[in-house]
Amino acid sequence: MKRGLDAPICLTWELTYACNLQCVHCLSSSGQRDERELSTLEAKRVLDELRDLQVFYINIGGGEPMVRRDFFELLEYSVGNGIGVKFSTNGAFIDAEKARRLAAMDYLDIQISLDGVDAATNDAVRGVGSYDTARRAMDNLAAANFGPFKISVVVTRHNVSQLDRFKALADSYGAQLRITRLRPSGRGADTWHELHPTNGQQRQIYDWLMEHGENVLTGDSFFHLNAFGESLPGLNMCGAGRVVCLIDPVGDVYACPFVIHDEFKAGNVRDEGGFSRVWKQSDLFRSLREPQSAGACASCGSYDACQGGCMAAKFFTGIPLDGPDPECVGGDGEHALSVVQPGSAPKPAMDHTKPVTLTRKNTLVAR
Amino acid sequence: MTIDLDSVLELHPQVAVRPEPFGALAYHYGNRRLIFLKHPDVVRVVQRLAEHSDVAATLGACGITPDRHDSFLAALASLQKSEIVRERIVTC
Repeated sequence: MKRGLDAPICLTWELTYACNLQCVHCLSSSGQRDERELSTLEAKRVLDELRDLQVFYINIGGGEPMVRRDFFELLEYSVGNGIGVKFSTNGAFIDAEKARRLAAMDYLDIQISLDGVDAATNDAVRGVGSYDTARRAMDNLAAANFGPFKISVVVTRHNVSQLDRFKALADSYGAQLRITRLRPSGRGADTWHELHPTNGQQRQIYDWLMEHGENVLTGDSFFHLNAFGESLPGLNMCGAGRVVCLIDPVGDVYACPFVIHDEFKAGNVRDEGGFSRVWKQSDLFRSLREPQSAGACASCGSYDACQGGCMAAKFFTGIPLDGPDPECVGGDGEHALSVVQPGSAPKPAMDHTKPVTLTRKNTLVAR
Repeated sequence: MTIDLDSVLELHPQVAVRPEPFGALAYHYGNRRLIFLKHPDVVRVVQRLAEHSDVAATLGACGITPDRHDSFLAALASLQKSEIVRERIVTC
């Protein structure tokens, strides 16, 4: 698997940078639509390619993907071509009628994002009113008999203690719980230091997953915790450019959804040869498929278990890519972070955050 | 159901098999399971189950020698559990 696959098995496609929310940890710094966004026709050509590559399913996200006027058209086109769709949404556009429409479709999975079991915890991260919005969408899906949708939680310092209650909430809907790791990507670069779980909490997450892991989805994102002991279920490796990649709203292809930065940009689906050529031939992806150096972690007995952790987490915290994960459970991450020169960590490549106030940083983006 | 040489199987109709350098990936559109078939011989056997009267005939046609039958029966049993292969109803 480390040598790469003929086509990705986990392809994320952010359909738009437009979003009605402005979550403080948004991995793609979404908010405003980018006028270079792929057109309906261009998006369909990409889907044609993915069908020819026998991509089984795609993970659609954003931004808020349902903002796109052609959202259902693209959904139907994808499923009609044998490409299943899993899409992530904040739920704002899933009213009773849309819920029924979604429930009538095959090969469709829906993830509603929720980062707290109560409005106070959730809304502090995802914005005022977003908890009620998400719960309303869940109620609508349940009423439409959609079946087991997913509740998708980014684990932070403030919701680790709520894992049991998230599970109970999912169970109450007949839904499936999905928990993923917070990365310092996008706007998360600015908030990660305050939001990421403490070392003690990481142990809590590991123990909780060891107990409940079989019934909880994780996107295999917690493999850095395997250094605690027995491995968690799933692919124990960084899949970037090997089994995973991201197509962003303007067609740029990145090694994974958490590394929207020039250094991890492999090409664009609008380039000659399209997505296939980028996946199969880009220099970046080819180099990621070469054996990677364990670097500073080579002498650590846990390297086989944690594989040095997450590339994106290292990159956006300023740690060298062959250094330890900033959340290394052995404590090496803390030391590596302490020697990063303040301000030297790479900045996310794009920012589509809506200009809220004149004093807000980073809103004057070159367009 | 246990799998033996007399079992009559087929690839589940909701499963797609995609060749890969290491063997193939099998994806079940119904239960959303993704399974790695890590040997090209397993891929050939799985794809040809429906062409032959039973497992024994399929293994024979794919050139799988008797000393490997047990490991193939075990692999097929595990694939049946994931619903990648299923019992084939033979109609006369």
